[in-house]
Amino acid sequence: MDTTFPWLTLLMVVPLVGALLVAALPAAMADRAKQIALGFSLVTLALTVGAALQFKASSLSQFQLTEVHEWIPSFGVSYALGVDGIALSLILMSAILTPVCILAAWHDVPEGGHREKNYFALMLSLLAFMVGVFAATDVFLFYVFFEAMLIPVYFLIGSFGGPRRQYAAIKFLLFSLAGGLVMLVSVIALYFQGPKGSTGFLMQNLTGLNLDVTTQKWLWLGFFIAFAVKAPMWPVHTWLPDAAAAATPATATLLVGVLDKVGTYGMIRFCLGLFPQASEWATPVVIALAIVSIIYGAFCAIGSNDLMRLISYTSISHFGFIVFGIFAMTTSAGAGAATYMINHGFTTAGLFLVAAMLVRRRGSTRISDFGGWQKITPAVAGVFLISGMSGLALPGLGSFVSEFLVITGSYSRYKGAAVISSVGLVMSAIYILWMYKRVMTGPTPTLVEPVKDLTMREKFVVAPLIASFIFLGFYPKPLFDAVNPAVQRVLSVAGVSDPAPATPFIATTGGEK
Amino acid sequence: MSSLALQVAQAAAAESGPVTLPGWLLVALPLAGAVLLLLGGRKTDSFGPGLATGLSWASFGLGVVALIQTLGAAADARFTHQVLWNWIPAGSFQLNAGVLMDPLSLSFVMLITFVGSLIHVYSLGYMSQDPDKRRFFAYLNLFIAAMLTLVLADSYVLLFVGWEGVGLASYLLIGFWYKNPTYATAANKAFIVNRVGDMGLSLAIAALFATFGAVDFATVNAGAEHASTTALTIIGLLLLVAACGKSAQFPLQSWLGDAMAGPTPVSALIHAATMVTAGVYLVVRSHHIFEGAPNAQLAVAIVGAITLTYGAIVGCAKDDIKKALAASTMSQIGYMMLAAGLGPVGYAFAIFHLITHGFFKAGMFLGAGSVMHGMNDQVDMRRFGDLAKYMKITWITFGLGWLAILGVPPFSGFWSKDKIIEAAFIGEGWRPWVFGTTALVGAGVTAFYMSRLFFMTFHGKARWTDEPKQHPHESPLTMTVPMMILAVGSAALGLILGPTNIFTTWLEPVTGHHEHGEPVLPIPILMIATLALVAAGAFLAWIRYGAADVPTTAPAGNALTRAARQDLYQDDFNEWVLRRPGAALTESVEWTDHHGVDGAFEGLATLTRESADRLRTIQNGFARSYALTMLAGVVAIFGALWVIN
Repeated sequence: MDTTFPWLTLLMVVPLVGALLVAALPAAMADRAKQIALGFSLVTLALTVGAALQFKASSLSQFQLTEVHEWIPSFGVSYALGVDGIALSLILMSAILTPVCILAAWHDVPEGGHREKNYFALMLSLLAFMVGVFAATDVFLFYVFFEAMLIPVYFLIGSFGGPRRQYAAIKFLLFSLAGGLVMLVSVIALYFQGPKGSTGFLMQNLTGLNLDVTTQKWLWLGFFIAFAVKAPMWPVHTWLPDAAAAATPATATLLVGVLDKVGTYGMIRFCLGLFPQASEWATPVVIALAIVSIIYGAFCAIGSNDLMRLISYTSISHFGFIVFGIFAMTTSAGAGAATYMINHGFTTAGLFLVAAMLVRRRGSTRISDFGGWQKITPAVAGVFLISGMSGLALPGLGSFVSEFLVITGSYSRYKGAAVISSVGLVMSAIYILWMYKRVMTGPTPTLVEPVKDLTMREKFVVAPLIASFIFLGFYPKPLFDAVNPAVQRVLSVAGVSDPAPATPFIATTGGEK
Repeated sequence: MSSLALQVAQAAAAESGPVTLPGWLLVALPLAGAVLLLLGGRKTDSFGPGLATGLSWASFGLGVVALIQTLGAAADARFTHQVLWNWIPAGSFQLNAGVLMDPLSLSFVMLITFVGSLIHVYSLGYMSQDPDKRRFFAYLNLFIAAMLTLVLADSYVLLFVGWEGVGLASYLLIGFWYKNPTYATAANKAFIVNRVGDMGLSLAIAALFATFGAVDFATVNAGAEHASTTALTIIGLLLLVAACGKSAQFPLQSWLGDAMAGPTPVSALIHAATMVTAGVYLVVRSHHIFEGAPNAQLAVAIVGAITLTYGAIVGCAKDDIKKALAASTMSQIGYMMLAAGLGPVGYAFAIFHLITHGFFKAGMFLGAGSVMHGMNDQVDMRRFGDLAKYMKITWITFGLGWLAILGVPPFSGFWSKDKIIEAAFIGEGWRPWVFGTTALVGAGVTAFYMSRLFFMTFHGKARWTDEPKQHPHESPLTMTVPMMILAVGSAALGLILGPTNIFTTWLEPVTGHHEHGEPVLPIPILMIATLALVAAGAFLAWIRYGAADVPTTAPAGNALTRAARQDLYQDDFNEWVLRRPGAALTESVEWTDHHGVDGAFEGLATLTRESADRLRTIQNGFARSYALTMLAGVVAIFGALWVIN
């Protein structure tokens, strides 16, 4: 069922046009690059809001805002787009974070000129690919976006990052490519398990196939490994701290906050959606890896003496929670995981971007180079603390609702794992508060040059993020309304239903008379 | 109609009850104050503290209205439940946010807003010279809002929001003077130890959901009698872990002493009168759970008994006036916890003692603040003495609090603490003897350490330091008036609410009616024994610290004294058993990450490159070798899954 208006295509075309325009700006106008980029990202955001308003949470069809066109019929590939609640939320989050990151990156390329144009053009093109990867409903098209995304990120890290950028960019690329190659094998093999033909890669033609279990397991593995690298899960996570520490903070935000979500999104959409039996088969191992990620990431974060590496390790811990929630396979844990993807995106953005404000002022990412900065920059300290509170999932903020649901929703099925995962609560308090203490408290240092507190531009960077923490903490209903049907659909395809409460309330009232 | 059906009806009626004013306003007013003061910046410096104080009093005013409206209803209709919005609709997990105003929550509302507002007023004087006064009042308002959320919540999850909110406010206020690294560490310690408790609360809520399919009080309470004992025991023990964290009960009590790093009004409000009692609230609020789980209930009583002894022992050895008061707080909350663990016979007394303690302990903390104010922030009691002459109001108000905590009739503590001692002697088998004796002996020890504190501070010879030169003086009226009001409460509150049974009757709709059993010893004997022990404790303290000279440096003391000075080595235990192994583990995980996990990838890359070198098939080795490494990793994972299968 096609809608008349190609919303999703437009969400890719606008930033792509913007990217080309920014890259092609004449030298005389090169200093306008970031303003133009910001403008295009804001238009995209407005259009995304427009698209979101067309979305009906109550709809019975799996995908909405769909577009299907033939692309390479001889290979069965279609240009097919569409979103469910999870994909739409992720696209909306990308569309919000991109202008925030552009604004945060305002002075990232101080030399301006050609390099600055490229920098912002790459960010816009990344936005287009991110929309594409979440909106693709053709497995091959998904794969194309999945790999295409790597290109702008590779250049964003490799050309604009810090001292170790070359190493980090190559490492990122090779890990991703390796995962992608394994997935490609599965993608093609999957096609031959399906109805084939000119639309053989469409999701709808590949869902609910009657595959034999061994085949399913192999195909599942191909997808899962790619997503585990992307997510990133222990033990294939080591590219992330290097990439995030070497990249500019805005790139790190888009990389960890948005791009990595393709991994967890893919687990829901492809691993669970296409191979339910294989997913159930692998669940014990996946949950074990998720729990290891939670604890291991937290340990590494506690031990980090580099702001950027510390924040990326917290993400490994949080991704562990997301994967745990996905594979717990209950409606509440699933909804928790799906919303955690959104909350984590905003939280990571807050942590990376505010840390970057400190790093810019101090000229170092080493935590031991700080101390006593609350006196120097009280407002930055305030927003850093709020972002940190979101990082440790303080009740009242959005990340709490999600983390809490993952633990609560999984407890009835995997008690042991839920109990171990809750240790993450204590560990997150340790890494966040210890970081805050080392950066912000203590005797006031004497600085060679005075630094300003939060500037107006920086206020515009943090305001939407803090607003999202609070809004999603107290009124997450719109988000849940969007993701609930998608989560329930995946679980019903997998044929799993929630464990019943041990003391069902209605039954006891019935027996009371 | 069965009680179950009644509760179902209560749960179903979304907007019901005698209170007509919107309950969320109580939270919203101080919250608005906090936000305004924090966002408003220096522009609000001039009027901010006053505004914050006014908003706190406004919440109190609303609380009074709610109280009057509730009192106007029949006893069994004193529940107001206001559903606010559909909060977390996540698959099978469905939760509304709502306000519950019943006798229990309103008792807390009164305590929090009244004592809280008095402490706002006191702080106007105490913090008048602090350049960051505005931030202080913003945090105080934030605390009031969070604490009211905690007690007005209609579900465990909304309670958790307030629970962590007060933890945040406590963290911010302990570390208020953040330039001192010790204070910042104390703030972190408080938050992190509390997080251990939060782990318990999170898992308790998870277990509640697994058991009842819901986490609001109405559904849980209604379903509790049908749940299995095992499930209820697990939930009860997890809730107890939460309570231990927040209420500084053994073994999670180590943070409270360090929390005295915060400004003294904070110690009075948060770390004596209100926040630290939240654990008692949680246990009493969950009494349906504990009644179905006798073992969990027993655990509550045991924790209370241990902590009341622990705090009392520590209190005897501390020379820092605030730390001595903190140890006393821990011990008194131990009494409340013990009472809450006794079951229906103890709930009302637990809350009653909580309220009277809120008055007399807050009053004494404010008195300690007044002493510090007059003595250049000195906290060492060995450097006090003879202050009664110079600080008459502080002496008298503190003295009333002292009489109250000792349980001297007719002051407040007599009516609340002695009831707990009586209740502890009720029961069968070994329990009344163990719990009763502990509570009884604890009263004697309490009398000793509180009298020691009182005499060392206000009586005996002056032992003030010369550097800086001390000029003890009485504090301004903004500080002394709140102290006087709290002193009146310390003196009279118990007499008004105790013998008349007003308070126990008022709480009955929540805690249930309970016919008092007979203690294993006759009540007059218990009362005489208690008073005798109290008199003995106070007399001993007078001999050693009032009549005799107190050395300005602490004598070496015996092994127990030395242990008590070190909080019975709790910190050393934590250091050696938790922190050091934790740090070592962190280091080894980090090392593993670098050399093991990443090292494996790096190593494989190097190995591939070198073998490639040897085979003279070098291309541009680096990228390729990585790809090969990755392939090896992939094969390894395949293999692992294959094996598991």
